[in-house]
Amino acid sequence: MDRLTEYLFPKQVSTFAADIDNLFYFIFYSSIVLFAIVVLGMMYLAVKYRFKKGDEVRLTSSKDHSNILEALFFIVPLILVSITFVWGIKSYLQMIIVPDDAIEIKVTGQSWFWTFDYPDGGTTLNELVVPSNTPIKIVLSSKDVLHSFFIPVMRTKMDCLPNRYNVMWFDAQEEGVYDILCTEYCGTGHSQMGAKVIVMKPAQYEAYVAELGSDDENIPLDELGAKLYTKKACNTCHTLDGSALVGPSYLQTSQMWGQERVFDDGSSTLIDDNYIRSSILEPQTQIVAGYQGVMPTYQGLLNDRELDALIAFLKSLQEDSQI
Amino acid sequence: MAENQKQNYLTHPKGIMSWLLTLDHKRIGLMYLFGGIIFFFLGGVLALGMRLELAAPGNDFVSNDTYNNMYTLHGAIMIFLFIIPAIPGALGNILLPLMLGAKDVAFPRLNLASFYIYTIGALFVMYTIISGGVDTGWTFYTPYSTTSTSNVIPMTMGIFVIGFSSILTGLNFIATIHKMRIPGLTWYKLPLFVWALYGTSLVQITATPVIAITMVLLILERLLGIGIFDPALGGDPVLYQHFFWFYSHPAVYIMILPAFGIISEIIPVHSRKKVWGYKFIAFSTLSIAFIGFLVWGHHMFTSGQSVFSQIVFSFITYFVGIPTGVKIFSWMLTMYKGQVSFTPPMLYALSFLFLFTIGGLTGIFLGAVALDIHLHDTYFVVAHFHYVMQGGTIIAFLGGLHHWWPKSMGTMYNQTVASICCLGVFLGFNGTFFPQFLLGLRGMPRRYATYDQQFAELHNYSSFWSGILGLSIFISIMNLLWSLRKNNKLDPGTNPWGGMTLEWTHTTSPPHPHNFEEEPVLEHGPYDYDKVIVEPTFKK
Repeated sequence: MDRLTEYLFPKQVSTFAADIDNLFYFIFYSSIVLFAIVVLGMMYLAVKYRFKKGDEVRLTSSKDHSNILEALFFIVPLILVSITFVWGIKSYLQMIIVPDDAIEIKVTGQSWFWTFDYPDGGTTLNELVVPSNTPIKIVLSSKDVLHSFFIPVMRTKMDCLPNRYNVMWFDAQEEGVYDILCTEYCGTGHSQMGAKVIVMKPAQYEAYVAELGSDDENIPLDELGAKLYTKKACNTCHTLDGSALVGPSYLQTSQMWGQERVFDDGSSTLIDDNYIRSSILEPQTQIVAGYQGVMPTYQGLLNDRELDALIAFLKSLQEDSQI
Repeated sequence: MAENQKQNYLTHPKGIMSWLLTLDHKRIGLMYLFGGIIFFFLGGVLALGMRLELAAPGNDFVSNDTYNNMYTLHGAIMIFLFIIPAIPGALGNILLPLMLGAKDVAFPRLNLASFYIYTIGALFVMYTIISGGVDTGWTFYTPYSTTSTSNVIPMTMGIFVIGFSSILTGLNFIATIHKMRIPGLTWYKLPLFVWALYGTSLVQITATPVIAITMVLLILERLLGIGIFDPALGGDPVLYQHFFWFYSHPAVYIMILPAFGIISEIIPVHSRKKVWGYKFIAFSTLSIAFIGFLVWGHHMFTSGQSVFSQIVFSFITYFVGIPTGVKIFSWMLTMYKGQVSFTPPMLYALSFLFLFTIGGLTGIFLGAVALDIHLHDTYFVVAHFHYVMQGGTIIAFLGGLHHWWPKSMGTMYNQTVASICCLGVFLGFNGTFFPQFLLGLRGMPRRYATYDQQFAELHNYSSFWSGILGLSIFISIMNLLWSLRKNNKLDPGTNPWGGMTLEWTHTTSPPHPHNFEEEPVLEHGPYDYDKVIVEPTFKK
């Protein structure tokens, strides 16, 4: 069974994962029995009563019901689905009743990245850091359209709505880095709207959260920019190798530094520091020709030093590619 | 043979206008069939395009936006332009009056109007495609659909218009079944296909207005900014989901009940055996149609609806499962002590039993709330509804098409080719969709244009088999069309499978323009294989 679970499911990391997988196996084995009855019964009857060459067309049996069989077909599935229903609800209650001592983390979905706000200040993008063996309460909402927050290893997911909060929780039993996926269709970048959940030992978590936002003061701007490029999810839409994704590649913009960029309304401007700054803070005002204006504003998500860092990083790409 | 008997509805009257303005239910049925097959082909090509893109993890052939357009159009075309209208519109129209011994449906002009309303709706959809497509998914969830820059309005307008066609057909069928039966054809002597159409029609006239009004609200929201669904305007996106699924869950029964009806015809005829549990099949059709209205919330288990709603919707969902299960056993047991011929229609019916059982059983997994939360919006769901919609409805449709083809067209296709294609469809279908259950369990979300490397092998496998599936369906349709070549007419008296319902016993193949030369007299029930011997023309 363990090997089958390994084949069929992602790892069981949350406290309730094993219970849900067992519910799956209960339905699975019951289904196999019912399926076997239907398919083997069908094959047996079809072959046994087949019309053979040379047979006469004759009157056939008038048997068209059997109270015992019909009662069985009714009662056996009824018992099986009753167990399934009760088990499904029992496990569900366990999945939605959040323990009182849970750490509350705010998750915001936005096209197409995730923001995580920790209880003591501190924010991360696309990297949810949680302590192991601790209940984590996730409060979900969205800034634009619907998203859905899915962590396969925790066996839980919940929609993010723009107008109300949804809640889910989990308690991770094993340290590691696991996938987070968006499962409610949200447009162009839906399939790239992934993130990671990093489960750490509680002590490491404490240290990590304490350090959030304070470690960026002393590193050079372009290195900080490189960090922000992934940390703030720029990489979801902008590549570094010149290929176009949802938005233009940083490399291309970098190589066009000082040259004219044409927008979809026919206007154009020179690519310089101010252009980059305004495209990060007000992405909807100038949309590069050939792309859709789908980038969200980063107003409030980046401070001035971080903006400078991203600009420095973008400029550095051109130098790198010349070497 | 008298000259009069040679006349049939295909050749009399002649001329293109006699087709376009026909009031003959059989001709209208054929026109529906023609439209349906075209959209089936279009939807199928889109599906193969998606599988091609998904054969490898990255953006290999198309961009995200193109992929999103493709899957939206695939879903919308298959559901609104093919599956919903095809069986009631095509097979239902051709067969219903024949099975009742009637000259036509109750309102022949309304019937023609239904077809043209369907055509107008289809034109809206075609306009959507030509003018750049739509990328919201066939579900049009708000607020994405109210803010998307793609062509949401023509698409939803098309669905709104097609809804009327659906309602009018339903109305027409209900009136026909109540009023046009020949004397002696009491409710319990009706062929089960008629019962299925009756259940379907009830759902069509009661549920379809809800999708129509929902689409209108969506259009008004986009045009005028009234805040019903978009929270930015003070609306509620979950309200949209309730409205949408209040129609779209019952719509599942609009799609599957006619398929149940077809299977209930094919199995007794090709087993030459009285159908098992007639009354149960008849009444479970109605009860499934009714209970189908009360389970829409199981599409919303992760939307954040109240715990109480979750429990109730999960509970009622299982009440649809039980009667459906008993039906499957009834079809299986119909073969008991019969004379089973492995003809192409029968092979499709047996495939249906295999595939639909998987489709039904995997619904039990999704009805359990705790497990659904993991599986919701993953490929497990994609596989589940394809096993129901394609493995169930489309397989039954193909079976029905092969079963009634000699009746409606007066020609017989190559049965060996048809049987091989059925096997190809069966293998191709399982090869395509079974791996998707595994993908879903592992957490592969649906509606992704690109995906993680860990899913690559199963996706690749699925894509390979989808080619076999597409090819098999294509050849099977070509095989049917090839039978229409010159000098391939059957004797008008042909009853190829030994069917016992009125369309087989009392009229020619293809039928007379007025169905019957004189009002038929009912001599026996639809499945009285224990009382009367009807010799099949083709023995196998």
